[in-house]
Amino acid sequence: MPTGVDAYWLRLGTTMLMYGVLAMSWNFIGGMAGYPSFASAAFFGLGAYAGAVAQKYGLPMVVAWSLAGAVAALFAAALGFALLRLRGHYFAIASLVVAEVLREIVNSATNLTGGGMGLNIPVPQMASIADQARFFYYAMLGVAVLAFGAVLVTQRSRLGFGLRCIQQNESAADMLGVNTTLYKVNAFILSGVFVGVAGAVYASWVHYIEPPDVFDVLYSIKPIVMVLLGGAGTLFGPLIGAALFLSLEELVWRNYLSVHTGVLGLLIVLLVLFLPKGILAFRLRRT
Amino acid sequence: MTTLLQLSGVSRHFGGLKAVSSLDLSVDRGEVIGLIGPNGAGKTTLINLITGVHPATAGTVRFAGEDVTRQQPWQAARRGIARTFQIVQPFPEMTVLENVTAAALFAGGLAYGERAEAAALEHLQFVGLADVAGKRASTLTLAMRKRLELAKGLAMNPKLLLLDEVNAGLHSTEIDHALALIRAIAARGVTILIIEHLMKVVLNLCSRIVVLHHGELIASGDPQSIVRDPRVVQAYLGRRYADASH
Amino acid sequence: MLTFQILANGLVLGGLYACIASGFSLVWGVLNVINILHGSIIVLGGYLAFFAHAKLGIHPFLSILVAAPLFYAAGYVLQRTLINRMIAAPVLLTLSLTFGLDLMAQNGMLLAFTADFRTLIIEPPLGVLALGPVVIPIDRLLAMLLALALTGLLYLLLSRSRIGRAVVAVRMDREAAALMGVSVKRIYAVTFGLGAMMAGVSGTLLAMIYPISPLTGTVYLGKAFVVCVLGGLGSVPGAMVGGIALGIVESFGALWFGPENAATLSFLLLIVVLLVKPTGLLGRKGYE
Repeated sequence: MPTGVDAYWLRLGTTMLMYGVLAMSWNFIGGMAGYPSFASAAFFGLGAYAGAVAQKYGLPMVVAWSLAGAVAALFAAALGFALLRLRGHYFAIASLVVAEVLREIVNSATNLTGGGMGLNIPVPQMASIADQARFFYYAMLGVAVLAFGAVLVTQRSRLGFGLRCIQQNESAADMLGVNTTLYKVNAFILSGVFVGVAGAVYASWVHYIEPPDVFDVLYSIKPIVMVLLGGAGTLFGPLIGAALFLSLEELVWRNYLSVHTGVLGLLIVLLVLFLPKGILAFRLRRT
Repeated sequence: MTTLLQLSGVSRHFGGLKAVSSLDLSVDRGEVIGLIGPNGAGKTTLINLITGVHPATAGTVRFAGEDVTRQQPWQAARRGIARTFQIVQPFPEMTVLENVTAAALFAGGLAYGERAEAAALEHLQFVGLADVAGKRASTLTLAMRKRLELAKGLAMNPKLLLLDEVNAGLHSTEIDHALALIRAIAARGVTILIIEHLMKVVLNLCSRIVVLHHGELIASGDPQSIVRDPRVVQAYLGRRYADASH
Repeated sequence: MLTFQILANGLVLGGLYACIASGFSLVWGVLNVINILHGSIIVLGGYLAFFAHAKLGIHPFLSILVAAPLFYAAGYVLQRTLINRMIAAPVLLTLSLTFGLDLMAQNGMLLAFTADFRTLIIEPPLGVLALGPVVIPIDRLLAMLLALALTGLLYLLLSRSRIGRAVVAVRMDREAAALMGVSVKRIYAVTFGLGAMMAGVSGTLLAMIYPISPLTGTVYLGKAFVVCVLGGLGSVPGAMVGGIALGIVESFGALWFGPENAATLSFLLLIVVLLVKPTGLLGRKGYE
């Protein structure tokens, strides 16, 4: 019954939702709180491996996904308390390096993770390949809906308001009674938990993961580009950015595979240089 | 009268520099105290010590009977210690109303929602900024920003309000306006500690004046006795007072 | 005795790291820009040395004389045309800009040179220097000495020459330097040029020791990060101290925890130092 076209659109839709989750999540820390985080890849890879290892030890898939979210959230909390004292470049670098460290640790922990050999994830028992594709589409949709709900609730709450204050002037927010450490850590947890789940769903979806794949630094870069495209700190900006980005990526990926990363780079450069409106709306602290 | 703020033997060093050394100061509820002293005397450092920006190197700070020497700024804000800044610090891209709402929410203890906004609007009316409530804070004039700082301070529902040079850079009608506001705040029962260079303001407003010089408290008393105190005149006041009375 | 050998390895490595990081640190400290492109420039320097040797038979030590002005000019132009537009932008944007440029450079090198590892082999081999039980390959030793000499030259340039003092003045206080008649834009371009020059030159030196591939740039970039955080920003002595510290840590780390974990160890070190002493081991106040 399902044609090849259906399978293509399902794959695209699932990827779109995953990108949406990445972008919305980054928006918590990068857009709302104004901290230039490059930690998305760390959360994604951690979630992917947590979910995969949990399934390897026989946990049901959905339980494994939830566990991956919990692991990512705990990791984000611990990391946040340590790193969010840093500002500007130092925070950016430290968050960038975290994914590298995790990747090497996963590489070395061969017994648990299969190391550089990668890890196979059991394929769910379903009637057809098409059913599987549909299942993962809805799973990713579920994660995206949860993330969107979290954005919605946060933006209309004390937490969201406090994060806006921090983004504008952190020390003034502190003087006004905002517990800045707690608020930033909360934003960091929110930026990690859904990415962790998305990583686990991704692992189950593709059946096989290896460290360079899921800890790819591009998972840290892409959400930033998407949010830049769509508008930071806003409700729909990250989703619009994700859709735009995926369209561009798909166009280039399908037609010019060998220059894929180069065109992505060019897109970033052009975006930064020639979209002053989008960038003016994007006020991150300089230090 | 009961003691609200008690500093005992408080010191703060920056490297080898003693910004404040072994300072004792007691502030009663309802007092309006003027804190004066030449530039670099340690006035702003003292305020930073009280609000937890810099922890004291030695000594203790007690507020409403509680030891708060090691508190964080946000804890000070929630305990009822509000401050305004010499250099005003609004959230530039938020509206004037949002700026004051933030104060009411996070320090004033109000829940997120319309009540906090209503309270913020009241404070804006009090300082005369209700007309510009919807404007971005970055668009305000300096005098308006100073009043915004006052509104924020009030929205924090303070027991103690620390005013750091709220009149600097204002012209005389603006100063009169600010003076009237500060009096009205004091009449509500808020204890006020004000750093001020203009003697006209201090003598008009304060029930007591304390003088800081080289990080030490050299005199404390009612305005008349301070004006006559030879140590004060020698350290600082003579020239200033002469300037101010022209 | 093993300790001495490891220490010697660490020192050799450290000299090269100092050279890798000095330009990166200078750009970060003076321009407040993290130049993600730095690693790819190093690799480009490597390719320059490789092809000069393979096609024209030029010794890598000599190709430095070509690499230095070439990379300086390229860096100068890049700063003037692109990066200067974003100099006052938030951290995220300057980082994204150099990141985008780096993706383009990596892709370009992959197309031009493929992902294959290339090795520059100098014939006849230079052999090893034996100091008692400690053995050092002479090519590495020479590369390290040259790296240190070039880093020292950069230091002399910054401290003695007029233009160098202007760079340092801009690093200390941009407004004051501008008031004294220094053209800040030009100094930024000069600084970025110097950074690119040091990267290109260290690439030609590294080509004698390590295989060259477009993707190794990331590894060098990682080293530059760690060295900067260890040594503090924007100063050549800081890069020297940080570089040698990293070289020694990595050598002993490889001994104690296995070579595959040496890089992880250095990244962990980076995070710990950032948290404990964000101004670097020399305690200089860096830019945030």
